[in-house]
Amino acid sequence: MSETGKLPLLKVNDIHVYYGAIHAIKGISLEVNEGEIVTLIGANGAGKSTTLNTIAGLLRPRQGSIAFAGMPVDGIAANKMVYKGLSLCPEGRRIFQQMTVKENLEMGAFSRPNEEIGASMERVYGFFPRLKEREKQVAGTLSGGEQQMLAMGRALMSKPTLMMLDEPSMGLAPILVEQIFDIIREMNHAGTTILLVEQNAQMALSIANRAYVMETGRITMEGDADELMHDDNVRKAYLGS
Amino acid sequence: MAFLSNLVNGISLGSIYAIIALGYTMVYGIAKMLNFAHGDVIMVGAFIIFCGAQYWGLPPAVCILLAMLVCTVLGMTIEKLAYKPLRKAAGLAVLITAIGMSYLLQNTALLIWGANPKVFPGLFKLDTFRLFNGQLSIKPETLITILANIVIMVALTLFISRTKMGKAMRCVSEDRGAAELMGINVNRTISVTFAIGSALAAIAGWLLCSSYPQLMPTTGSMPGIKAFTAAVFGGIGSIPGAMLGGVLLGLIEIFGKAYISTELGDAIVFAVLIIVLLVRPTGLLGKPIREKV
Repeated sequence: MSETGKLPLLKVNDIHVYYGAIHAIKGISLEVNEGEIVTLIGANGAGKSTTLNTIAGLLRPRQGSIAFAGMPVDGIAANKMVYKGLSLCPEGRRIFQQMTVKENLEMGAFSRPNEEIGASMERVYGFFPRLKEREKQVAGTLSGGEQQMLAMGRALMSKPTLMMLDEPSMGLAPILVEQIFDIIREMNHAGTTILLVEQNAQMALSIANRAYVMETGRITMEGDADELMHDDNVRKAYLGS
Repeated sequence: MAFLSNLVNGISLGSIYAIIALGYTMVYGIAKMLNFAHGDVIMVGAFIIFCGAQYWGLPPAVCILLAMLVCTVLGMTIEKLAYKPLRKAAGLAVLITAIGMSYLLQNTALLIWGANPKVFPGLFKLDTFRLFNGQLSIKPETLITILANIVIMVALTLFISRTKMGKAMRCVSEDRGAAELMGINVNRTISVTFAIGSALAAIAGWLLCSSYPQLMPTTGSMPGIKAFTAAVFGGIGSIPGAMLGGVLLGLIEIFGKAYISTELGDAIVFAVLIIVLLVRPTGLLGKPIREKV
């Protein structure tokens, strides 16, 4: 239950995920309330991306349940989850390299009626003016930062109520990372709930309301982002001080 | 004049290869598999037209539409029953299944229509074109084939670049997982790809048997393999590549037979393929494989 007494927007309850015989996620529970920025931090291989991919419907949990907007969504395919208002901006961006920036954005709105696309695109260009300048360019020729912007813009085109971002800072220069995180905050202010997976714990905790810390398939800590930022164990393990 | 005549015939034969190659290349690009039963779908299409014209007395256009319909349903059924359950299996399993499906179609045709070659009827009675005071004569089938190829090429290019389904196909071809995240139904997209490829196979069956009017259960086999060669030649997965590869292959085959040796025609075709692949492993218009960072 959230503070306002409403059901959480996303409720993951004790899920277990396997890759063949490998037990990758060993019973994870987490909640995201409407309007929040929640972050999932942890080292490489802790299972953060696996968790997001499972919520998005790309992987199936062997045990446990997932509820989105009060409805159970276990076993619903990824392409159907988009229609329910959940969108994932995947690790490594995975933009369509051979399509133009504009076409990529159009594909992001695949689940929406055609009449909406123009307005959604203007909205995305509002967050990312750079994409408008590059509109006709083939996406594979964009710089790393621009590709990340495109991936986020594309995920925004489906008008999600919950947007999941997997490592948006990966491979970007510090100045770009700040810019990307500013935009994440802006998108949140504009009404999109955010679930953020990051290795850059410092940045993630600085914009999040709440956080979960993952280690080898389990959640080892959870709490307010501010508290975790000042927690000695977190500082030692993830903030390098 | 012999040169011009060979040129026209080469482009015409190449157009048939190109239309068949489109089926191979689209399926490969989107489903990442080689559908070796594709050549036999051509044969089924040709038999449907043959039956429609010879036994059922249907008008020519209806025969062709019926064949396209039957092949579309056949292609989608093959995909659903044989290939879809193997979507996550190893590539070799799918390949063997496709070869098995090819034999199944050939032997079913053998059971229904027998082994004796049938003479394929000319659907449209048109006069032979005579140019340069009758020195160069072009058969109407030849022109229809080239024209059909151009129409199909333009239509398919527009479909892929403009329509929502066409764009979804490009997404699935590039990154299946990311396409799913956009809300694209990957299974449906693959199914539509098989439908289009098989409808084109029916047209190819008609064009092939109009130019070479001998029809039997193995009719689709050799053109199928040559069209596959054309697709690889042009760069498998690429639609313009299939077109270019098909037409070039037709030209090489006709000119090879005319100027080098009739018996070695097919050998020359495959020799050229081997040389091209040695120099450019991804084919003429194939994109070099990108390293994922």
